[in-house]
Amino acid sequence: MGSYITFPELLIWLPLLAGIICFFTKGDRAARSMALLFSLIILGVSVASLFYTDTKFVNFNAVNYYYPNNLGNTFFVGLDGTGRLLTFLTALAFPIIFIATYKSNYKNAASFFGLMMLTQSGLMGVFCSMDALLFYFFWELALIPVYFLCSKWGGEKRIQATFKFFVYTFAGSLLMLIGIIYVYQHTPDRTFEDGTIAAHSFAISSFYNAALSGTEQNWLFWLFFVAFAIKMPIFPFHTWQPDTYDQSPTSVTMVLSGIMVKMGLFAVIRWLIPLFPLATVKFSHVVMILSIIGIIYASFIAILQDNLKKLVAYSSIAHIGLMCAALFAMNQLSVQGVMIQMFNHGINIIGLWIVIDLLEKQTGVKQISKLGGVASKAPVLTIMLVIIALANIALPLTNAFIGEFLMFSGLYKFNIWYTAVAGIGIILAAIYTLNMIQKVFYGNTNSITESVKDISWNEKLILGFIVCLIFVIGVYPQPLIDITKESVTILLSKK
Amino acid sequence: MSNFLQIVWLIPILPLIGFIINGAGRNILSKAVSGFVGSAVIFASFLLSIYVFIEVKNGHSEVVHYFNFINIESLKIAFAFKIDPLSSLFLLIITGVGFLIHVYSTSYMHEEPSKDFAKYFSFLNLFVFSMLLLVMGANYVIMFIGWEGVGLCSYLLIGYWFKNNDYTNAGKKAFIMNRIGDLGFLLAVFWLISKLGTVSFDEIFSQVSLDKLSLADKTGITLLLFVGATGKSAQIPLYTWLPDAMAGPTPVSALIHAATMVTAGIYMIARSNILYIMAPLTQHVVAITGLATAVLAATIALKQNDIKKVLAYSTVSQLGYMFLALGVGAYTGAVFHVMTHAFFKALLFLGAGSVIHAMGGEQDMRNMGGLKKYMSITHLTFLLGCLAIAGMPPFSGFFSKDEILAAAYANNPILWAVGVFTAVMTAFYMFRLYGMTFLGKFRGTQEQEHHLHESPAAITIPLIILAILAVIGGWIGIPEIFMHGGHRLEAFLEPVFRQSNAIATKHALSHSKEYMLMGISVAAAFIALVFAWNKFSKYQKSETVSTGFTKLLENKWYVEEFYNAIITKPINSLSAFFNNIIEKKVIDGLVNGTGKAVNYGSRQLRWLQSGQVGAYILLMVIGILILFIIQLFL
Repeated sequence: MGSYITFPELLIWLPLLAGIICFFTKGDRAARSMALLFSLIILGVSVASLFYTDTKFVNFNAVNYYYPNNLGNTFFVGLDGTGRLLTFLTALAFPIIFIATYKSNYKNAASFFGLMMLTQSGLMGVFCSMDALLFYFFWELALIPVYFLCSKWGGEKRIQATFKFFVYTFAGSLLMLIGIIYVYQHTPDRTFEDGTIAAHSFAISSFYNAALSGTEQNWLFWLFFVAFAIKMPIFPFHTWQPDTYDQSPTSVTMVLSGIMVKMGLFAVIRWLIPLFPLATVKFSHVVMILSIIGIIYASFIAILQDNLKKLVAYSSIAHIGLMCAALFAMNQLSVQGVMIQMFNHGINIIGLWIVIDLLEKQTGVKQISKLGGVASKAPVLTIMLVIIALANIALPLTNAFIGEFLMFSGLYKFNIWYTAVAGIGIILAAIYTLNMIQKVFYGNTNSITESVKDISWNEKLILGFIVCLIFVIGVYPQPLIDITKESVTILLSKK
Repeated sequence: MSNFLQIVWLIPILPLIGFIINGAGRNILSKAVSGFVGSAVIFASFLLSIYVFIEVKNGHSEVVHYFNFINIESLKIAFAFKIDPLSSLFLLIITGVGFLIHVYSTSYMHEEPSKDFAKYFSFLNLFVFSMLLLVMGANYVIMFIGWEGVGLCSYLLIGYWFKNNDYTNAGKKAFIMNRIGDLGFLLAVFWLISKLGTVSFDEIFSQVSLDKLSLADKTGITLLLFVGATGKSAQIPLYTWLPDAMAGPTPVSALIHAATMVTAGIYMIARSNILYIMAPLTQHVVAITGLATAVLAATIALKQNDIKKVLAYSTVSQLGYMFLALGVGAYTGAVFHVMTHAFFKALLFLGAGSVIHAMGGEQDMRNMGGLKKYMSITHLTFLLGCLAIAGMPPFSGFFSKDEILAAAYANNPILWAVGVFTAVMTAFYMFRLYGMTFLGKFRGTQEQEHHLHESPAAITIPLIILAILAVIGGWIGIPEIFMHGGHRLEAFLEPVFRQSNAIATKHALSHSKEYMLMGISVAAAFIALVFAWNKFSKYQKSETVSTGFTKLLENKWYVEEFYNAIITKPINSLSAFFNNIIEKKVIDGLVNGTGKAVNYGSRQLRWLQSGQVGAYILLMVIGILILFIIQLFL
């Protein structure tokens, strides 16, 4: 046990504390400011954590609380490269979301912000957990506040959408729980400092060394994979996503699409591949084919999609599909690409939601066919959106190009034909994105868009920040690559 | 690093600064300021390019390394520029012609509101920046950054008047067709990475790397790169975006869709010449595609009535010529034609712009005529441009076209014959255009006639400079048969093509044969020219409905309709099918079906918990019986 507080602890406890404080704060403004303040502090902590990566600082990055018991579980949290990257994304996303939606009014804001901060705590926990039971705990902790957020503050059809979302992801979680218990029973025993002996252990190292035969790995792989595939989501487990994105309050959609979908990818990196290396190799083709079908399928649906929010949802399914395919290609280029892209996708999609939220609030519609001519009314908004949308389709010198380029290069090494088919997604992405830009922003204004006003300071600030980030990473991606360099090497050594 | 290389980075950065100034200050800058800033940065880049060109001519070719763009164990990509004869020549063309077009734009776009005026210049600067990256990049990735960047600027500038739906459609089409090509480019790059682990030109073109690539690798990589080139340089099958791109402002057509961006494909292949020369199959594909495009586009140009559309198809056709040159291994010839084409086609577009300006936006040649007497400078410069593109000696187009045709003959006389046929058509449609526009009687409205005027100096001076270049620009490539020690361009570019020249088999033509071929092509083109001149100086509007072959040409061989039927429509139907059937019925049907099954199951199971003791006892007895039976039999 460390005698000082470590980074992962701060990242988990601070949001939890903030959440509790928000619940008991009186007044909407106070709760909102409190949440923003805390999220900025957490961002500060996270930025600091990026600089303490040397092995001599190892005490800052991992901590292991032990409660005498016979189960073999501990409160073991730590930060490695991947964790650092995703906790940073989480820490960065929340203040962005809070500032961008600063003017939104929520009924019962105290509970809203309280639940948001709880979600952040859960997410941080997922990315830091070094103990399987703890991981499961945080995995669920991140889900439950989101369920309440969607069902209380969502759109008209929120009950239906959130029910679907909850049942889907919860079913997945239960499959994973069965898997965790099975693996647990095959872990070696564990002796604690005080002499307690547990028959088995939940520690990540024990899990990695669990004695599992090839056949066991095969079916366990699918128990875990389905849980993660639902979260990402991968075709054909994706149908909860468009409805949920459509019906959730936008700030929650941002959390869902920007960070929560990364939980699935992260879990594959942290748990699935190292736990079942044999099965990973065996099923990589199946997973990749599903992912690539998803890319093409979702992109095609996006082309004729009239609902702006669902368009972004399908576009996201296509992007995540590419990341999943690249991940299972399991070479340095592709996995490094996935790492950097997890971050970039998070930033870019939040940017897209901010713009869509602004439009929906001003016009009251989210149907593409009802909008038009926004560019002449709101030029700054248009410029921001065009840049973010072009980053979303991976134009060079934007952040997503780096990720997609690396992923495709790696995928090509694995299989040429998968790359060629997935590459069609690049063309389809250009089609649906440019269609959307043309129909919403170009042309003449109509009665709905006539009154659109350009963005105000807080939105300008945040969108400007996102655009800067897009270019900085797009021109000089090396620092971001370096964060996860070592993690990639370690992961590939597990193969 | 020699001294001059330390300033090389300024060449692309200056236009980028112009972009930022005009983009950020579009609400405050006056038109004079944004026009000045936009043009001045390009002029500064041009001066630097001259300096670099002179240094390169003195033998200083180098790769300048700035920082590691991507650096992971299995792949290192440097942000580096390659300064050699090929790139320095393109630098001159881009910044030189680019500067003239910027100056021209200050007048041409003057009626735009100042906000849009600044936006226009910022996009134009951004384009020059991207184009410079494209030619300066020392590896395929930096080249690709510029490659997609110019596509983006082209999209933005075609759709510059974004309220018009047709224009934004044209921009969208250009971007998407380019992206199809870009996928080919990218796949080639991935192929190189997987085989060689590098994207740098110097490393790939080294003997060690070339030995590692099998013939299949080289053929595959070059074919995929060529797919990229067909998109960017508007070749079959991806050429249909270029005529539509004429929706953009005319100076944009001159700069992007004639002089620079569309030649990116030629530049890329010239850069990769060693790979191409080692892949004979690709060479054939390139030559035949180029020639087919040249013929197809020329036939379409014969019957177009929109002045810009004629020039657009003419550009497609001339680009086809350049690909023919690349395909027969005449790399210098291709680059030479890029250069002369940049001069005379920019001139023709700007001249057309001057005409359109005077006509108050009219682009239909049927409503023009007799402009000669109203616009003497535009008329004279335009005539020089027409003579240059028609390949009349001693204008620039003659030398570059002749070099390509001679190389084609050496490769295969049929290629030469088709090439000459295209040249004849070129002479015909250009002088049809000239005749319909400048000769005969004015056919427009009285109001238009009243407004006819020569354009201001900002328009005519670029025209004059380009006209001079269109006349004398070919003299740096005068063939040996006319002048001993001629063909300075070939000597200058020799280091770039040295490897290929060592491999390629040269069929030298005898002097007498070369004279004969030249004579035939010039004579044939001249006859077409005179014929067109005579016919169209007396042109009268007629309302006859065309039939048969003419109709086919007027409708551009119905290629658009064909693409619509085999690509656009299927994509939309597939999208609708996935959305309405698979997504809603099949997948969601299954998901909701599972939910319903659970509901149904629980409803049935509910009967078990009926609360009646009798029923429970009955179930218990059945259960016990089952257990007994299991016990007995197992």
